[in-house]
Order: sequence, then structure tokens, then C-alpha cells
Amino acid sequence: MPSIREGGNEVIVPEPSRTKTEPARALLAVADLRVAFRQDANWVPAVDGVSFHIGKGESFALVGESGSGKSVTALSVLRLLPQSGRILGGRAMLGDRDLFALPEFAMSGIRGKRIGIIFQDPMSSLNPVLTVGRQIGEALSLQRGLKGRALKARALELLDHVGLPDPARHFNEYPHQLSGGMRQRAMIAIALAGEPDLLIADEPTTALDVTLQAQILDLLKRLQRDTGMALWLITHDFGVVAELCTRVAVMRAGKIIEQNGRGFFEGPEHPYSRELLAAMPRLDARLRDSEVDFDDKAVDARNPFLRASGGGTVDLTEGGERLASAMSRDGIKKSPLDLPRLAPSSVGSRMERPEREGIKAPLLEVRDFKVHYPIKKGIFQRTVDTVRAVDGVSFSLERGETLALVGESGCGKTTLGKGLLNLIKPSGGRVRFDGEDIAGLKGEARRKRCAEMQIIFQDPYSSMNPRMIVGDIVEEGLRAQHPGIAAEERRERVEDLLRAVGLPPEARLRYPHEFSGGQRQRICIARALAVEPKLIVCDEPTSALDVSVQAQILRLLRELRERRGLSYLFITHDLAVVAALADRVAVMRRGRIVEMGETRQVLFEPTHAYTRGLLAAVPKLRRTGPSGAP
Amino acid sequence: MPTFFSTDILFFLLLLGLAGLIFHMSRREHLRRPWRKVARSPSAMVSLVILLVFLGIAVLDSIRFHPAENGGGNGGARYRSEPVTLLDAWLGPIRARVEKTYSAPLSAYSYAKEMIRQPDGGEVWDYPRLKYGGAHLADPARERPGDVVRIGAQGLGEGLLAWLVPVTAWLAWLGWQERSGFAARFGSIVRGESDVPWRTIGLTLLIICLAGGMVGELGPKYHVLGTDKVGEDVFYQSLKSVRTGLLIGTLTTFATLPLALVFGILAGYFRGWVDDGIQYLYTTLNSVPGVLLIAAAMLVMQSYMARHENEFASLALRADFRLLALCLILGLTSWTGLCRLLRAETLKLRELEYVQAAKALGVREGMILLRHILPNLFHLVLISVALDFSSLVLAEAVLSYINIGVDPTMESWGNMINSARLEMARDPVVWWSLAAAFLFMFALVLPANLFADAVRDAFDPRRGE
Repeated sequence: MPSIREGGNEVIVPEPSRTKTEPARALLAVADLRVAFRQDANWVPAVDGVSFHIGKGESFALVGESGSGKSVTALSVLRLLPQSGRILGGRAMLGDRDLFALPEFAMSGIRGKRIGIIFQDPMSSLNPVLTVGRQIGEALSLQRGLKGRALKARALELLDHVGLPDPARHFNEYPHQLSGGMRQRAMIAIALAGEPDLLIADEPTTALDVTLQAQILDLLKRLQRDTGMALWLITHDFGVVAELCTRVAVMRAGKIIEQNGRGFFEGPEHPYSRELLAAMPRLDARLRDSEVDFDDKAVDARNPFLRASGGGTVDLTEGGERLASAMSRDGIKKSPLDLPRLAPSSVGSRMERPEREGIKAPLLEVRDFKVHYPIKKGIFQRTVDTVRAVDGVSFSLERGETLALVGESGCGKTTLGKGLLNLIKPSGGRVRFDGEDIAGLKGEARRKRCAEMQIIFQDPYSSMNPRMIVGDIVEEGLRAQHPGIAAEERRERVEDLLRAVGLPPEARLRYPHEFSGGQRQRICIARALAVEPKLIVCDEPTSALDVSVQAQILRLLRELRERRGLSYLFITHDLAVVAALADRVAVMRRGRIVEMGETRQVLFEPTHAYTRGLLAAVPKLRRTGPSGAP
Repeated sequence: MPTFFSTDILFFLLLLGLAGLIFHMSRREHLRRPWRKVARSPSAMVSLVILLVFLGIAVLDSIRFHPAENGGGNGGARYRSEPVTLLDAWLGPIRARVEKTYSAPLSAYSYAKEMIRQPDGGEVWDYPRLKYGGAHLADPARERPGDVVRIGAQGLGEGLLAWLVPVTAWLAWLGWQERSGFAARFGSIVRGESDVPWRTIGLTLLIICLAGGMVGELGPKYHVLGTDKVGEDVFYQSLKSVRTGLLIGTLTTFATLPLALVFGILAGYFRGWVDDGIQYLYTTLNSVPGVLLIAAAMLVMQSYMARHENEFASLALRADFRLLALCLILGLTSWTGLCRLLRAETLKLRELEYVQAAKALGVREGMILLRHILPNLFHLVLISVALDFSSLVLAEAVLSYINIGVDPTMESWGNMINSARLEMARDPVVWWSLAAAFLFMFALVLPANLFADAVRDAFDPRRGE
């Protein structure tokens, strides 16, 4: 494709300064970008007058919550918007070329060659049926015109550059043979193949574990230093931004509300930025008692068009706010918080719980719990090996206590949670719940007993039947456990539950898809509460949510614990979330608990090397907080 | 005196079920939403109108009665033993006018030459005049084209009138309903901007009315689509075949659904030996050639009918039983595809978190299947039923063609093709039976496919909300 190569070459021209507002050395300058999406017959704005610029070799972060339009901005610049999206106005200048005025064939000389992009999910952005080498080779031959031996040499060089341990081997491997972190590295290698001047990284570490996240961030930092390319990071995580970027822009509801240099972390100007920063869970949450009571109205005003609240254009700023605040906040503000706030001094110690006399035994006692999966092979399905997902775990949980299970993906923490509820059949061990060995229970008694342990899942989208209205979802447990209750009383109980989780009772009659992620998670909590459980297993309940919503859900969980004397088994990969909620922490690795202790001790004086590694991988900002205080 | 055959009863039960389903769906928002999407698609609505016309013909053809015998005389009414459907009664003039043998569409002469005795006693080897087709003409060679155009135009006029009356009435009702907003509403319909494509629907109806009017006028005077070997009107046969085709398409689904649903859900949800057993069953069934299975089953059915001769007194009863048997057999051999689909989907659903949450809440398994699994399989069922329909109509034609389909005495497109194939070698070729069957099948299957596509688009969750 010689024409495209030519097109790529001729752009290397020193760029004259365009307008007075843009600095002379701007690599990419976006001015007044406006993008809208078609929804039925209406155009719903997604990006609304965004202007920014990225200098040569600079690292720039566009931060915002889901639906704020940050990814759409990047896709617009590359002109890769989906069918339903349209650029309504504005300009994007790459050097002195107007990207929106170029013909499509010239754009393919820009994409990959001058602007590279890496996406969030490394699995779906690599073609599963082509080897890594082929995919890098494709990019190299297309963008650099390399062939044969030179191509392979360059590909190996790139793989080595992005830190794959054995480039020669990985060159011939398929994506599924690589681990998640290695896949993301391969993706980065492909993006680098065209030696772009600007690399767009769209949530590059969100799908990865903390330790991998730290590695990928280091890699990006090193690559930027070595190649001198500019980096445009798109993320929701200020921790990542603080590690990597020199300039930050905060986006909200399609607009950039604040742009600043490193000074941003010293003291953001816009209240929304401050709230976002404050809502970010931090390791020292309990130390600082950083339960910031930010203005939820402002925070929940994300782009309403993602919420799919059914037809009609909603005014992006005000409408969204009204909708969000009406739906989510009313109930909770009214409900009294009868327990006093934690004093900073009581951090790490057990909190005061409603004492129950006479009961001394712990609520949950797990001894040597095991979940093994057999690996079967051959036509006779002989068991050749077992996967020890949970391999001899023991712990106990007091009434009203919260135990956090922390570990990276694949460590068996979710399997353990589901195994306790018998959603996965355990292979061994003893579980005593409320003084009774639940393994010995059968049939009806077991059905009743097990309902006292409930579970909240990670994904608020797949955890509710899309074909049932919220009222039916919440009362399902009531009907199963107490079939005798009259319909009228059931309805009242459902309305009470919805109020308790901060939703209006009218939500009963609506379908789950009409609610945002945080609201859905509230409904899930109400569903679990309906059967009056003593223990709730929270399986990453906040990791699919935006930070501000995350903070709200954590607070709701905390409130419910105080008011109802609940115990939580809180499963998470995020050490910072743990700090905000847990009394004790157990760190899991490969199916075993490697360290368990009081939250303070585990987070700040870890004894096991693995725990220390995990903690070191947490972005600095999330360890200490914006002001840098210890 | 009305009478019902077994397929009639099942057909009406099916319609009743359909009405119930529509009622059920109209009360649920999550089911109404995709249907609204279907209603906005012009191609789907055109298809729906055409399908409804076919459905109307099939319904008319399913209401049977024994007509009173004329001239029976003495006291109590006497009835003919062979029942007649409403459609037969309505098409009486066309049905009864049987020629001697083949004749081309709109022709006034027979297709085969024969000895014609002249009034003067001499004999001529020539094409004889038809007994009914164009019998009102004195000199067909000269008058026929003009006559056809004149009658056709008259039919068009009547069709237009038949279209105008209800459309005007509807518009008037709309005007009364909306009063001030009527002008805007009317404008949007005429410009094709209304939400539901009323203009397109209206035009489709107009075309159907015009075609109907023309055929209705020409039918009693000519044979619009010619006659077949025994002189029966081909247009009449084609109309009668509509019911056969529709029944095969719908009743078979009736037989397929329970098997596919029960087996698919059980296999997917309970896994283990249940899954193994069901998979074994459908893999075995799938590996036997379908035609062979159907042929064997039809043979068994025929020998059963031979042994119980007195239970099948009339020819029509036998044909009807054979049709029912064919539906059941087709259903028994074609549930595997849907079953496999439902099993796979259930496998996915059972791992979903809302099912797990229900388990944790202590909901009984039966309830989980009924409330969480079944409703979430509904879109798959709907899509596959809509898509299978057209392939079943075509399957009937193929099976009848190789003589293991419906009874040879029953009108069906397959039988029409089967009998026409022998005449393909004639010169000039007898094309009209084949063409008529093709035309009608095409007119049923194409809208069915288009409609199925629209339904799939609307219900497929992957195509986004």
C-alpha cells in the first residue's frame, strides 16, 4: 500500500502554531469536539465541547467515570466511532493535519502509524486464531512495510521491548497461551509496531490484577521514556494517573471540567474533582477516617444516556442530576445513623458490636475447607489430576464482624465464597454456621438454614433476572422461605427493604435495566436482606462500579452492618476497599490463606512476602492520599 | 351442520394459544418493547399483513360443515356425507367448474386436441372449447383479450372500492379520536413518518385488494391459473393448499416445542446423567437420515390406517389423519436442533448470578426453572419457531414430491408440483401448476422469513437494546 505509506511520510512537517490558545508544540489539539449518539429518533450528546491538547512526549490523562464520554473522545479522534455515533462539530489537529477533514484512506495511515491505541480487554482485542507473531507482523508489514527476516527481527525486538520473558517462544504462541498481563504486553507491542507519536491507552490496566497493573504501568512509563512518544491515558483511576501522567483533565457528562498539571493532586479546583479524589478508596482509609461526606447529588450525575432510562433526551447536566438524586439518595439521607462514627483511635481494633448474651461461639467456623475440581481426560473420563481451587482453608467469623478475603484473580476466593453457600460443591472440610454443622443438614432444613447466608455478586448487570420487575426480584426470597405471607404484607416488606437500601418504594414496579449500576447493586442488597440473613458474602460488590458509587455502596454496607448486626465475608482484590470496611483481612494465594490478621496489621505491617508484594503494587496515591501524608 | 376434523381442532387450539400469548406479552413491558421494534419495521409489517391474509384463508378452510342436500325433499334436512369448508362454499363457482383436462390460464380452449363433432355432422381434430372457461364468449379468438381486460378492470375497481371503504372508515375514526391533531397525524402517515409504517401497510392492503378484486371477477368466468390433468381449477387448488402449508408449519412446531423445551432445559440445568441421556438420544436421532425416518413412520401409519379401516370412513378423514401424522412425525424428528440450542443457553443461564442468588435464597429448583430459566429462553424459542416455519412449509413440498408427504387426494403445493412434474416434458409445456405452487409458496415463505428476521433482530439480546 504505497499510497498510505506516502501519506504517512509527508506528515512529518514541523507544525506551525495554529491558534493562540494552542501551544506551539502541541502534537494533538482537540478543539470544541462535539459527538452525539443516535437513540431511536433523538441525538443524545456524549461529548459536548471538549478542548485539550497533548504535547510531544507528554503524558496526558483523561479521567472520568463511566459514561462521561472519555472513550468516545478517543474514538472520535481516531474516527472509529460506532455506526450510531456522529461527530457534530469541532476539530482535531494532529500536527497540522485536520483529522476530521482527511479522507478515510488517509486515516488508515494515521491509525496505528501515528496514533496507536490499546484497549482495556487484552483478550478480545487479540485475534484468538492467529499467533502473536502473525498479529505483530501484520501491523509491521502494514505500517512499516517490513518483510521476511527484517520483520521477524523487528517483531522479536518489540516483544522483548515490552518485557515478554521469552520473545522467540511467544512469537509462535496463540493469545490463549499467554497470561492476562502478557497479552496486554503483546497488545502494547502491536500498538508500538507503527512507532506512533501518540499512544492512546484506554483503561489499560482495569482488567488486570494489582501486581500486573503495576508492571504494565512501569512498562508504559519506560516505553515513553525510551521512545519519546506522547501518551494519552484514559482511565477512571486517579491512582494510575498519579503514577503516570503529567497533566490531567477531568471529564464529566461530556465536558472537561478541570485541566491541570501535577498540581491537580495538590488541590483540585472543581468540587467534582475533589469528590472523585476523595471517593477513591485508600489503604489508610481507617487511619484517616476519610469517610468524606461528599455531595452525592453532584457525584451521581453521570451521563444519563448510559442509564437507558427509556426514551427521550435527558438534559445532560441537570436532568441527570435530578434523576440520579431522586433515585438513589433520598432514602439513605432519611435513615438515621444511630451508631457514632469511628474515632480515629479505634482503627484496627474490633468495633463495638451489638453484644448478644449467651452466644459465645463464632457465627461461622470453617475448618480445612476444600474445593477441588477433577481434570478428566480420555473417553472414560478418568480423573488425571485435580485443580485445587480452595485447598484447606480455615477461619472463623464473629457475629457482626467483617472479614475480608483478598487475593488476585484465580486465587480461589470466589470459589471459597460460593462453596460456603453450597453453590459449588465443596470437596472437604467442615463448616459450622451459627453453632450447627451445615454439612450434615439435608433437604428442607438445609434450604432454610442456608438462606441465613446470602451472597452479593460483582456484576450488577447479570445478577438480576432481566425479565422480572424489581419487586418480584426482592420478594423472591420471602416467597421461598415464608410462603405463608400474604401478598399485601410481602409488598410492604419489599417497600421497607427498598427504603432501607436507599431506593424509593416505587422502584418496585420497574425493571432492572432502568437502573444504574450502583442502584442495581442496592437492589441486590435488598434481595439478600429479604430473608434476614446473618452473614452476607460480598463477592467484589464494588469492583464493577465507579469510584463515587463505590463509596456509596460501601457506606450502605457499613450502615446495614451497624443497624442489622450483619456479618460480612468481603471478597475483593482491592486492598484499598478492604481498609474501608474490614475488621480482619485474610490474604489468599493459590487456594490457601497465606496471612490473616487485623486490618491494620495486614495493611501496614504485613508479615508474608506475598502480602508485601501486593501492597507495594498499589499505586502510591492510593496508599497515602493526595497530600502525601503517611 | 358443522363438523371438525382433528387438525381443525388443533389448529384452533393453536390460534387460541397464540391469542393467549399475545395477551400475556402485551402485559409485560420487557416483551412489549421488542414487539414495538418489530412494528416499526416496514418489511415486517408488510410480511405480517400478507401472513394474516394467508391465515385468514386457512381459518376459512378449517371451518367445515355438511351442506344440505338439494332436492332431498321429504321432511328432515339431509346432509351430504362429504363435508365442505367455508372456503369451498365461498369459492363454489370456481370449485364446481371442472373441465375435462388441462387448460392454460385464462384460456377458452382445452389444452389437448380431440375429435370435435361439428353441427353439420363432420368431425374436426382441433382444440375443443372449454365447458366453463370463457364459455360466455361467442368468438374467443377475437373477443377474449378485450373481455379479460374489461373484466379485470372492473375487478380492479371493485378492489379499490373494497380498500377505500374500510380505510376511510378508519381515518374517520382516527379523526374523531384525535380531532385537532388529526391533520398532523394524517400528514405524518401520508409522508411515511408515522411510528408504525401505516402508509406501507395501507399500500400492501391496496395491492392485496386489487389482486383479490381482479381474481374475484375473472375467476367465475375463466380459469385464472388454468386447470390440471383432471380439469380442476389450479387457483382453487393453490388456495386450498394454503391451509395444508400453514398447518404443517404450525402444528409441527406444536409437536416440537414441548420435547425441545423439556429435554433442553433438563439437560442444560441438571447436567450429569440426565444430560448424557438426552444428548445420546438426540445425537442418535440426528444421525438417522430424516427422510428415512419419516418414510418409515408414514409406512407404519398407513398400515395402521389399513387395519382400522372403519375408523376412517371418508377420504377426507383419511387425508386429515395423514396430515396430522405427518405433522407429528416431522415434529418428532426436528426437535433436536432447538433442543441443542436451548440446552446450550440453559448451560449458560444456570451459571448466571441471578440463578445462583435464587439458589442461595432457597428457591426450589422447579421455581428456578420456571421463573428464571424458561422466560430467558423465550426469545430463542420465538426466533427458532419463526425461522422453522418456512423451512417446514418447504419440507412438506419436498416430502409430498417423493410421495411420503400428505395424502395424494389432499390439495397441497407438494402434490401440485408432484403431479406437474410428469408434464414438464410436454410441448408446449404445462407450466401453470408448477408456477402456481411456486408463486404461492414464495408468497408465504418470503414474508415468513422477513418477519422471522425482524423478530430475531428485535429479540436477539446481542443486537442491543
